[in-house]
Amino acid sequence: MLLSVDHVTRYRYGLPVRAVMQSHRLTPSVFDGQKVRDWTVTVSGGIPGGSFRDGAGDRVQGWTVKGPVSEVEVRVTGTVETVDLAGVLRGHREVVPPEVYLVDTLPTRADAALISLSKSAEGADGPLSAAHLLAGAVADAIAYRPGATHAHTTAAEALALGEGVCQDHAHAMVAVARVAGLPARYVSGYLFADADGMAHEAAHAWAEVFVAGLGWVGFDPANRCCPDDRYIRLGSGLDAQDAAPIRGIARGVGSESLDVTVAVQSLQQ
Amino acid sequence: MAVGPGAVAVTQYFNEMYQGGKVRPPYARLEDWMKAMPAELRTLKQAEAEDLFRRIGITFAVYGEGGDPDRLIPFDMFPRVFTGAEWARLEKGIKQRARALNAFLVDVYQRGEIVRAGRVPSRLVYQNEAYEKAVAGIRPPKGVYSHIVGIDIVRTGPDEFFVLEDNCRTPSGVSYMLENREIMMRMFPDLFRENRIEPVEKYPEILRRTLASVAPEKCSGEPVVVLLTPGHFNSAYYEHSFLADLMGIELVEGQDLFVEGEFVWMRTTEGPKKVDVIYRRIDDAFIDPLCFRPDSMLGVPGLMDVYRSGGVTICSAPGAGVADDKAVYTFVPEMIRFYLGEEPILQNVPTWQCGKADDLRYVLDNLSELVVKEVHGSGGYGMLVGPKSTKDEVAAFRGKILADPGNYIAQPTLSLSTTPTFVAEGVAPRHVDLRPYCLVGERIELVPGALTRVALKEGSLVVNSSQGGGVKDTWVLAE
Repeated sequence: MLLSVDHVTRYRYGLPVRAVMQSHRLTPSVFDGQKVRDWTVTVSGGIPGGSFRDGAGDRVQGWTVKGPVSEVEVRVTGTVETVDLAGVLRGHREVVPPEVYLVDTLPTRADAALISLSKSAEGADGPLSAAHLLAGAVADAIAYRPGATHAHTTAAEALALGEGVCQDHAHAMVAVARVAGLPARYVSGYLFADADGMAHEAAHAWAEVFVAGLGWVGFDPANRCCPDDRYIRLGSGLDAQDAAPIRGIARGVGSESLDVTVAVQSLQQ
Repeated sequence: MAVGPGAVAVTQYFNEMYQGGKVRPPYARLEDWMKAMPAELRTLKQAEAEDLFRRIGITFAVYGEGGDPDRLIPFDMFPRVFTGAEWARLEKGIKQRARALNAFLVDVYQRGEIVRAGRVPSRLVYQNEAYEKAVAGIRPPKGVYSHIVGIDIVRTGPDEFFVLEDNCRTPSGVSYMLENREIMMRMFPDLFRENRIEPVEKYPEILRRTLASVAPEKCSGEPVVVLLTPGHFNSAYYEHSFLADLMGIELVEGQDLFVEGEFVWMRTTEGPKKVDVIYRRIDDAFIDPLCFRPDSMLGVPGLMDVYRSGGVTICSAPGAGVADDKAVYTFVPEMIRFYLGEEPILQNVPTWQCGKADDLRYVLDNLSELVVKEVHGSGGYGMLVGPKSTKDEVAAFRGKILADPGNYIAQPTLSLSTTPTFVAEGVAPRHVDLRPYCLVGERIELVPGALTRVALKEGSLVVNSSQGGGVKDTWVLAE
């Protein structure tokens, strides 16, 4: 598919701030499943910092905005050609060994319920089949309902609630996979919401599980599938915060509000 | 010499001054000095030393112990002495170890050859809480992660030295090495005329040169080096300001620095000044809220992006802690063989990993004979010295180990050497250790001296200042 993205994040500050510092993971990953045609990130009043590819293969770019400023707009626009690799992250270069992704973090820490959920993979025929079973179990256990959870909800809390959004599904998937001994990570990106009537989040998140012999394979419990050509992958991490497309901080004292719009469209090929 | 109830046990320790009733050559002149000093003079001198320390402002705040945060660390006037030959061997061993530790760090953040070769277990490295995924693939300037390697060494015989642990992050205490010397020279100038003692006062200059030698590629001209401190509430704040002062560099806190564009800048009265090298005394978790702990107020937002894109050097490099973990320690001799193709000059203490079932069984069966430490512990907290503990203490510790075996390692109780130390009754042997500070940059350097810590309590083997330890001036005699 040929997908276009228009993603605007607007930060508004109650009182002008002296400076804004951000770290972006907003460039599509380089692997066989996607190819960038054009891609631009702009930050209003922003000074670009050094850019580099980190050990997980993500393009990271720092930005700073000099104050006083009461509003900062981060705009991402571009087009990406995608192909369906059935979730396999083929041709992705990275230095971090998969084993690093066995370590849990606060939002992905397994409680008794998550440990019990991970038993769904028992008797699976190998890690790939185990991961599929786990993704199905997570989808069954956590219903998609926007507003039920918040940015800091943990996998354990979402499971107890039985409701959540893609972030919660991804956290839960990562947690149960790690319990089952499979390296797993959180992935952030975009999803083209097609006309199938399902409620999707265009700014999306899913999980990847490391399967020996195959490499990293994506699983999207929120949509009961593996990422295909409707997905654009940006970056990964141990959890949502670690994989966040934008991490930022403002030097100031007032309140901060955030407004995000994301449009992902399919273009004629 | 005063001898107490511990005297019987003490005879089995190596006494660095006396052997077979005879004084060892490096201490010959000190024996005369000691004998010639009347008790009144000694009391007077001790008071003078304390006064000097207090005037200089060197104090040591101890975490979690309450009491006077500005209390002085006890200073013992009796120097500890090494011959030039003894030191030459130690120096070779220390530098060898510092080279291997840095080679290990470069390796595990790149291809991890030592893990692939099966020489170090991968879990120990990649699931270590000190492993920083954020710096994987990053090669710091000159391939150095740990620029100041503090290696804790104990002696058990004339030629027997063992490494207790490595400190690759930000080892503290070097200010005591410098101050102890300064104060001894002021109080006993004659001693320094009678003995040919190698100087240590070049340390700050060498440290500064070492830091400047690892300036990032994007730096042109004379590098600007700063020392980043968490602030005056930190227990080592005195040392931070002392070192910055001696090096002639700015002492800054997180709020004095900011990131703009590709660089880190320091606020000055003449406007922003670009910073090239940061000698940080802040833990990884706190140096950048955009990369590590988001609630940290001590760090510099955006610092890690500048570091990783080559705009600034951070010393020690983030992630260096994976080499000085007490479980990884076991494999340092392996690192020396693997990276340098050499045999270790300094030996490791045999170590049992409680995370391994066989080792755990041995440790539990021999708890009252062993020293047990937390893998990530420091400062002498949370450890058990079996032979010095009561039955109840041992039993309580057994419970702690069983609750989380992987968090503990155990070592035999070493017969730490003793050196003469001034005590209330006169002079008596007390156990000591040694912490040299090896500097690694473009070159690898070691000043002929170190911090000697002394367990002031009779019979005690715990030298940490937080546990009633004191310090001594440490001499290396010129050959």
